[in-house]
Amino acid sequence: MSADTIYQPKSGFGKWLEARLPVIGLMHSSFIAYPTPRNLNYLWTFGAILTFMMAVQIVTGIVLAMHFIPDATMAFVSVEQFMRDVNFGWLLRYLHSNGASMFFVAVYIHMFRSMYYGSYQEPREVLWILGVIIFLLMIATAFLGYVLPWGQMSFWAATVITNLFTAIPLVGEAVTTWLWGGFAVGNPTLVRFYSLHYLLPFMIVGVIALHVWALHVVGQNNPLGIDVKSKQDTVPFTPHATIKDVFGTVVFLILMAWLVFYLPNFLSHPDNSIPANPLQTPAHIVPEWYFLPFYAILRAIPNKLLGVIALFGSIGVLAFLPWLDTSRVRSARFRPLYFWFFWIFVAVTIGLGYLGAQTPVGGFLIAARLLTAYYFAHFLIIMPIIGLVEQPRPVPVSITEAVLAENGGASEAASAEAGG
Amino acid sequence: MAPSDTAERQEPTRRDFLYVATGAVGAVGVALTAWPFIDQMNPSAAALALASIEVDVTSVEPGMSLTVKWRGKPVFIRNRTDEEVAAAKAVPLSELPDRSARNDNISDGATAEDLNRAAEGRENWLVMIGVCTHLGCVPLGQSGEFGGWFCPCHGSSYDTAGRIRIGPAPENLRVPKFEFTSDTTIRIG
Repeated sequence: MSADTIYQPKSGFGKWLEARLPVIGLMHSSFIAYPTPRNLNYLWTFGAILTFMMAVQIVTGIVLAMHFIPDATMAFVSVEQFMRDVNFGWLLRYLHSNGASMFFVAVYIHMFRSMYYGSYQEPREVLWILGVIIFLLMIATAFLGYVLPWGQMSFWAATVITNLFTAIPLVGEAVTTWLWGGFAVGNPTLVRFYSLHYLLPFMIVGVIALHVWALHVVGQNNPLGIDVKSKQDTVPFTPHATIKDVFGTVVFLILMAWLVFYLPNFLSHPDNSIPANPLQTPAHIVPEWYFLPFYAILRAIPNKLLGVIALFGSIGVLAFLPWLDTSRVRSARFRPLYFWFFWIFVAVTIGLGYLGAQTPVGGFLIAARLLTAYYFAHFLIIMPIIGLVEQPRPVPVSITEAVLAENGGASEAASAEAGG
Repeated sequence: MAPSDTAERQEPTRRDFLYVATGAVGAVGVALTAWPFIDQMNPSAAALALASIEVDVTSVEPGMSLTVKWRGKPVFIRNRTDEEVAAAKAVPLSELPDRSARNDNISDGATAEDLNRAAEGRENWLVMIGVCTHLGCVPLGQSGEFGGWFCPCHGSSYDTAGRIRIGPAPENLRVPKFEFTSDTTIRIG
């Protein structure tokens, strides 16, 4: 299994190409021979799931673009015609719209995984920050895409979100007019959003490439959060991680297929089946579910500018997490205090998501303010302090020792160590 | 080696000057090239040409409103009842979160008394851009706890003079530039 850690081209063409562009060798070392920790669990398949979802969104998106008419009078109709008249149009659009939701499901699990196991800690800070940049680009792309069908929710989402920029002192109004290409959201806005919605996914692909590159420089973290120390601690990417990733992706796709085929409109709003009307705002506007926690933070703050700053700050603060976490131990398995604070944080974000869908009055508003305060306190106060006061449990000497102790006793572990 | 090094450090040479000058010209060139790519996103001549409209308000009796579209936005034209005017006049300036008139027809410093919000010489007429100053939703007329406008998005309430009273919106509803060209016609813009 360790014989072919370096790609040796066998055919004449293979040798010729490898001497000029070692791309097959790069693929081989990155996705076949690449040493992956032997103790990874299924939470580590979400990188592959996300890569797959990126491909699904690009392929279905290219097809949608073949039928979409980016014009304020035609956009809504062209989407409806695609759904009703084009062969398999309903399937391809539901894959794309539910695909966006599933993309966010996967990215949130991926991010919480990193937080639980301390995957952002030294030396993976740049890897983590690239992930935050991907998340920001995903948010922008999802928002731009949501506007394109030009229904009531599309139009008013565009209005509310672009109006966030009016909160900028002095130049806010000029910036917003510039974004709109007019004095309100209108046809120029739709067309430029369409152009950018096509562009941003390819920028995401670029940052994903950097993300994978950074991952392969520093190596994967693992559930124990300890460094790989010897060859015994790893297994080759293929077949071990490849098969596991494929299986994880298939299970994930079963969930997506259930949404697409049985509940295709479960996550969308009926108001978006009404064509955009610039003179009437729907009685109850809420963003897509994946933005609800951030929307709750925006509405919790009574001041417009501070609300917008809190909204952007709630995402921006993630980039500083590697330095806000003062713990020397990565994995929450060995962090008795952080373990509980992690799950409280998960509950708080879910709570904010619930509150983001409610009308912000009375008890809901008070709760949103408390949870918003906790959200920021988690990063700015709790993370720095518990890293200093917590007494972590002893971490295993090596991945191999821990794995074998779990499965067969310490004697095997000792012999494996000796063998290495 | 050392003497020439110190000499270079002490005095900018002709080469230093050329580096800085080349860099400066390059930066100006990049900025000039970037500008068309940025400015093309601003409203086009066609969008700017829609800057003014005329509205016939003959049929708008006291207590009735009209919503017209101007520059892609709704404009509320309301012929207020005497009770609404009286209610707006009764509010002391100190109770208003935003004390500026936000009226494009009068000077910037004007305060938000009812007279400064209404049409000149016709206090029962109110003409305002129907866009909530929070995040741009269209408020619903004659609702909310002050009998004026209520924004369903984030709960801002405006009074019968379109002034913000409670909620996250920071400013009063904006009064656009307009005038009565006759007793029954308003020109907006």
